[in-house]
Formats: sequence, structure tokens, C-alpha cells
Amino acid sequence: MNNNLLTGELVHLTAENPEVMAECFSRWYQDTEWLRLLDTDAPRLLSVKKWKEWLEKDLEKDLTDGVFFAIRALEGDILIGFIGLFDLYHQHGDTLVAIALGERKYLGNGYGTDAMRVMLCYAFNELNLRRVGLIVFEYNPRAIRSYEKAGFIPEGRIRGAILREGKRWDWLYMGILRDEWLAKRIMIS
Amino acid sequence: MSIDTQLFEGKLIRLAPIDHEKDPEVESRWTHDLSLLRALWRKPAMPLSVAQMKKKYEAIEKEVDESKRLFHFTIRGKEDGRLLGFVRIEGVEWTHGIASLKLAIGDPVEREKGYGREALQLILRFAFSELNLYRLSAVVGEDNPAALNFFKRFGFVEEVRRRKALLRDGQTWDSIHLGLLKDEWLAINLKEEDHHE
Repeated sequence: MNNNLLTGELVHLTAENPEVMAECFSRWYQDTEWLRLLDTDAPRLLSVKKWKEWLEKDLEKDLTDGVFFAIRALEGDILIGFIGLFDLYHQHGDTLVAIALGERKYLGNGYGTDAMRVMLCYAFNELNLRRVGLIVFEYNPRAIRSYEKAGFIPEGRIRGAILREGKRWDWLYMGILRDEWLAKRIMIS
Repeated sequence: MSIDTQLFEGKLIRLAPIDHEKDPEVESRWTHDLSLLRALWRKPAMPLSVAQMKKKYEAIEKEVDESKRLFHFTIRGKEDGRLLGFVRIEGVEWTHGIASLKLAIGDPVEREKGYGREALQLILRFAFSELNLYRLSAVVGEDNPAALNFFKRFGFVEEVRRRKALLRDGQTWDSIHLGLLKDEWLAINLKEEDHHE
């Protein structure tokens, strides 16, 4: 039994109060390079107050519709990003995962990959899902590499779904099945 | 087509608004065919009463009005106006010119009569030459080969296979994402026009 389901080697996943997350979101969303890697929406620059209201409203939602965790670096317990499950269908055992590190200096050092490993363990061992999928943009090779490292396999591309800087880019779908995840874990250990 | 083309008029059918008086009873009956719901949505299939259907129509019109990301049309017989189905463009992302599509002919006896085909032709023209979208997606389960062939016949190509994303009747199926680009739609239409000449 793993009694430390939410802790990895570099990070742990936590639940945060709206005021903590609101401060981070308001700051991170001003970083347009970050946002363009994360989302197709145009930035709106919401205030801390507005983010807090939005997150408080989120508290009323049914927790089984999705999962949201903050990512904290174990060293210094610093909040560096978030990871969540959405489009979660329990009856099909399927979900999508989204991850973002807002604190830039933690990028490219294995923190994201570690958080993803922890989240996959939660999805497969606690929620008992059968598969986890994700969407990543063609112009984000660093994320694609990280997802491959975590065991995700390409499942196709939505052609030209994003228009940025006058150029069309694909949305890539990737996915990992429970059996693939188990096989990878056995190989590592 | 030209500026005075009637976008919602076909030969057999037309696209029209919801009729809050008459439609709830008809569509409530359709929802008792769970295979239809399974083909359209991933959430657990559940029949809706007439009262629940009325509320759903109100929610749909509210979303159309407020979100600006949804277009929902009923498909009706051209002559008698009877409800045959619905077609919707969902999740429009205006900055990128993308959206996805759902289409249903409710009553099984009304299928294979060309109504769906005409509705799709109308909605594609609406999506590409009225909304000026760049592309349209349709998501179809591997357990629904009829829909898969239907969209492919109109030029949609398979783009994504989310492996085993559906679990139904103890069996897993891929969730298949199809896509059609405006340029592809234009090329197909030009070829058909040549054909008619």
C-alpha cells in the first residue's frame, strides 16, 4: 500500500485555498508565453479579486466532475503550478489531464514530469480509471517530451486547430492506458 | 450561392428554431431510445420526460444567447414542419475559427431518407460561409460505424483515435475524432458543381 499517494520525488500535490491560488493565477496569466502553451483562450488579465470569486464558485461544484491540485516543490514547499483532471467520465474510466508550471524557473528540471507521475498514480490507483489522455500544442516540444517520458503515446492530431502569429498549428492528443502504465512501472522498478 | 441564398432551406427539410409547444413531447420520446443518446453524448444515457425536455430547451436557448459559442437548430420537414431531428455547432472558438458538430435524426424510421444528408450540407455551408470557420470536428464512437461512414462520405477525415475511451456493454471502443477543413469542403463542392454541368 502506498500511503503517500500525492508525494513524488521533487513535488507533492496539494489542495489550496482560493486566495492562495487566486494570487498565483492572476500573476501567471500575465505571462502570455506561458498561457499560449496552456490554453487556446485569449488572455483576459483577471484581478486577484475576480480569480478568488471564480475559485470560490468552483468550491460549490461536485468534486467528482474533475480533480484539481496545486503542485508544490518539496524543497521549500513552494507553489509552482497546478495539475488537474477534466472531462472525467467515471463510467468510461476515462479522463483528460492538464498541467502547467507557472513559476518559470522550475521548467525543464523534471518537476512537471514528476507531478504527472504522481497524478497518473492517483488516476489509476485511487480513481481506478482505465486511461488518461491529454491535449498538447504542436509548438510545445518540451511538454511533448515530458509526456512521452511519463508514458503517453500519440493518438492523433486535430489539424490546424490553433491560429497564432498567422500560422496554423495542430492540437496533439496523447494517451496512456492502465496496462501501459503498469508495464512501465514494473520496468522501472 | 449568393448573398440572397436562403441558408436554412433544403429540398426536403429546413433548419428552424425550437418549438417549445410541440417539440418536447416528440424529443422526449426519442430519448427513450438510449442508442441515440449513446451516439451523441458520453455521459450516461438517460431518458427525459416532457417536463425535463422543456427545461432542457430553455437551457439550450439560454446558452445560445449567452455563450455565443453554440448554434442549435431543429431539422423539420420542409412541407409539414414536423420535427425530424437537430443539428448543432458547439464549442465555437472564434479566435481560432474552430468548432464541433452534432447531428441527429430522432426517429429510426426517418433515417436513410436523405434528411440527415441535407441537414449536414446546410450546416456545413452555414459553418464555412456564414460563420467563416476554418475547420469543424465531429466525435464518433467506434461502436457507431453508420455515423463514421456518414461523416466520411462528406469529406471528414479521421484525425484522432483516443484508444479504448468508451466502455459500453462490457466492451471498449475507440473515440474517433473526425475533421473537415474549409478548403477541403470548398474543393468537394467545386467538384460536385463541375459534375452537374
